[in-house]
Amino acid sequence: MADSKPTPENKGMDRRQFLKSSGLLAGGLVGGGLLGSLITYEVKDSKKGSGGTAGDTSNADHLSDARIFFSREEDFQILAAATERIYPEDKNGPGAIKLGVPYFIDRQLAGEWGLNAREYMKGPFLNIPEANQYEDLSQTDKGRADQGPSGDTLNPLPTPRYQSRMTRAEMFVVGVRAIDEAAREKFDTGFAKLEPEQQDEILTHFENDEVNMPGVSSSTFFNLLAQTTIEGCYSDPVYGGNRNMEGWRMMEYPGPRASYADQIEPDEFIVLEPKGLTEYQGH
Amino acid sequence: MARKLEKVDVVVVGSGWAGGIVAAEAAKAGHSVVVLERGKNQKRSDFIGSKDELRYTDRFDMMQPLSSETITSRVNIDDVALPVRTQTEMMVGNDLGGGSVHWAGSTYRWRPYDFEIRSKTIERYGEGKIPKDSTIADWGITYEEMVPYYDKWEKTAGVSGELDPLGPPRDNDWPNPPLKETPALKLFKKAAKDLGYHPYQLAACNMSQSYTNPDGETLNPCMYCSYCTMYGCDFSAKSDPIATVIPTAQKTGKAEFRTNALVRRVLHEGGKATGVMYTDVMTGAEYEQPADVVVLAAFTFSNNRLLLLSEIGEPYDPKTRKGVIGKNFTIQGNITFRGARGFWEDKKFNLYAGAGALGAGYSDYDGDEFDHTDLNFIHGGGIELRQYGYGAVGLNHVPKDTKKWGAEFKEKSLHYAYRNLVVWYTMAVMSYWHNYLSLDPTYKDDYGDPLLRVTNKYTDQERNLARFGIEKCAEVVEKMGADIIDKDTVSDDEDFDHIYDGGHYTGGVMMGPEPGTSAVNSYLQMWDMENLFVVGGSAFPQFGGHHPTPTIGALGYRAAEGVVKYLKDGGMLVQAKTAQANA
Repeated sequence: MADSKPTPENKGMDRRQFLKSSGLLAGGLVGGGLLGSLITYEVKDSKKGSGGTAGDTSNADHLSDARIFFSREEDFQILAAATERIYPEDKNGPGAIKLGVPYFIDRQLAGEWGLNAREYMKGPFLNIPEANQYEDLSQTDKGRADQGPSGDTLNPLPTPRYQSRMTRAEMFVVGVRAIDEAAREKFDTGFAKLEPEQQDEILTHFENDEVNMPGVSSSTFFNLLAQTTIEGCYSDPVYGGNRNMEGWRMMEYPGPRASYADQIEPDEFIVLEPKGLTEYQGH
Repeated sequence: MARKLEKVDVVVVGSGWAGGIVAAEAAKAGHSVVVLERGKNQKRSDFIGSKDELRYTDRFDMMQPLSSETITSRVNIDDVALPVRTQTEMMVGNDLGGGSVHWAGSTYRWRPYDFEIRSKTIERYGEGKIPKDSTIADWGITYEEMVPYYDKWEKTAGVSGELDPLGPPRDNDWPNPPLKETPALKLFKKAAKDLGYHPYQLAACNMSQSYTNPDGETLNPCMYCSYCTMYGCDFSAKSDPIATVIPTAQKTGKAEFRTNALVRRVLHEGGKATGVMYTDVMTGAEYEQPADVVVLAAFTFSNNRLLLLSEIGEPYDPKTRKGVIGKNFTIQGNITFRGARGFWEDKKFNLYAGAGALGAGYSDYDGDEFDHTDLNFIHGGGIELRQYGYGAVGLNHVPKDTKKWGAEFKEKSLHYAYRNLVVWYTMAVMSYWHNYLSLDPTYKDDYGDPLLRVTNKYTDQERNLARFGIEKCAEVVEKMGADIIDKDTVSDDEDFDHIYDGGHYTGGVMMGPEPGTSAVNSYLQMWDMENLFVVGGSAFPQFGGHHPTPTIGALGYRAAEGVVKYLKDGGMLVQAKTAQANA
């Protein structure tokens, strides 16, 4: 490993090359699962870039392509596969995986949003014995099933929506495992390996609240997953998604700028090459 | 044990428009002022480089974190309220300058009808027209009396706009010309005109040109960058307290702004306020700040909660209908903020550009501008089209029947990103005996104090008015030539959805002409405690059509005048009327 210090020659090499040159492949020093995932995981393909500008930027991204929240690789694979069905690659351009959305979500869950640091998380909560006084409320027409943090996508409710004691991070872990379990029950195969149509079928069950999950309804989890996926496609690349601003390019969104005074009055639609926060902040 | 600090003339709780104005005016008059702000210090340069949609629009960076304190919410007076736990459901401004730093800048004057709604409704239609269960009331001040205060605030803020052809009478034009006219606004105005309405370019606190206000504070012309609502302006092109009244107060050398200072009680003895007790949220240390005059100028929720926690004034009880604190709470949002969205195949608008209050509207269906004899509601609202400017996450509007994820969603969301416009009805909201604020019996904050509890439900007045507005919005969207028109809907049993996302929550410490039915007089002075002023949206007896901020600014100047007057002469500034106008 002494010669693996970055040089102009080797700093751009992908993980397959790294593993080969470091002897990991030949020596079998790591378990098959890990090795397999390191090599085959689809996110790695995005290093080649789907737009014309991947170039050097992709190398910088490469160094931050690691999980800091999901400890189980297979959980991350399920998450990645689900985000890709929510925002699939098509003729318009890359899907969620190439945009880095799984890493975006991983980082969001590791931070204050995933930990519900800015939310009111004091009890009593509904699903504990101390909260028995609320049981009558849970018997309403709509019940608790529609509750969740994705307010925009849900119907009016008899109470404020988010009454779970689980954080978003916990919901995601429970959620991706429930997706996999539903896939195994129905198709005898893990979610990540299913055909796209089968994956859509499983996700639709979640969307329609037809799956039992502990602590949170499946539609709540699905809405959270869908909303976070879209955020990952379109938020500033600094958060790990919207790789190389490809999400913005597809949407013809120019990014943050000091002024749009020249674009505010003209009748024609004006497309500008996107710029991110790094440029806006002058780095 | 709270450490007792040196006494000042005026202690102000909250640093938004209301608190900032009172602080500036009292300090200019030579009084010593301390302003206590629960949030952090911030200044204009903090916002340079902050154009980050995820952080501000989706993760609510400028909003009050709820980990220590939120509200609880219920619909009926016998329901058990539950806490509103997430920032998605509960948005209230925070930090120096308050909610007015992240605001859009939308500027209207309310109408003569708004301030005397009860008398004027009865006068024109008879007592039977007052909505069932409603407790709407005259304000104890008329529009004519409000004019000089509106005028003063508009000059401080440097409002840019075009006069509303159907607007209330006024002495002066807006201080600045309107913002630029965009293709979307032109299309809207032409359609409205063709329908026989009276469209105009909305007044905005986004500057159309550079401007120096009467206090000598300078604002810059707006660059239409679109990072406006939910953001602080890095260019001082949006008028807010940190660009205007706060520096004005600081320049006098008489006003100190203390941040991270969470006021937890108003202290009082023998029917007079003696000061406030606050906690430094960084150190946990408690302080007592004595003052001759205490001004509560925090958000509606905090003003009400502080009075209830401090046991000042009689709390409102919906069962007996007695008491005043917490009464006449209203929310403009949810069904009272709906409209219609159009989608165009042959048009594409530069919607990544915009400004918070850049827009056009008309008042043909506002207030009592139209005859309500055969309608099943009173009042109305403004019809508006705004070009806020959107970030890329916010651009994902698709026609209603589109699947919300997957290939179809991606295709349609990319196609329609710049091909849709929304027109909405910013309607008035009436007050009712069953909508009020009180302390929650179960849930507490970090300090063990009870949370504030909201009880709020809709009636047919709101549903009928909302449906009327939706149809009127759809009418203009159709005239604009949209290929697809998605109308919002309001079902017969639709009720409050516990989403507090627009910042438009008011009342609970209402103004009025006499004690017993109102909490404060027209100078925002408590009837029950003459050296305590409660300033802000908390004073509204009901919500008018359009947005609330300019009226809060005007009331700020009215209250500031009252505070200065009181420090000079003392006593009640208004004699209680014995008339039964608000019975």
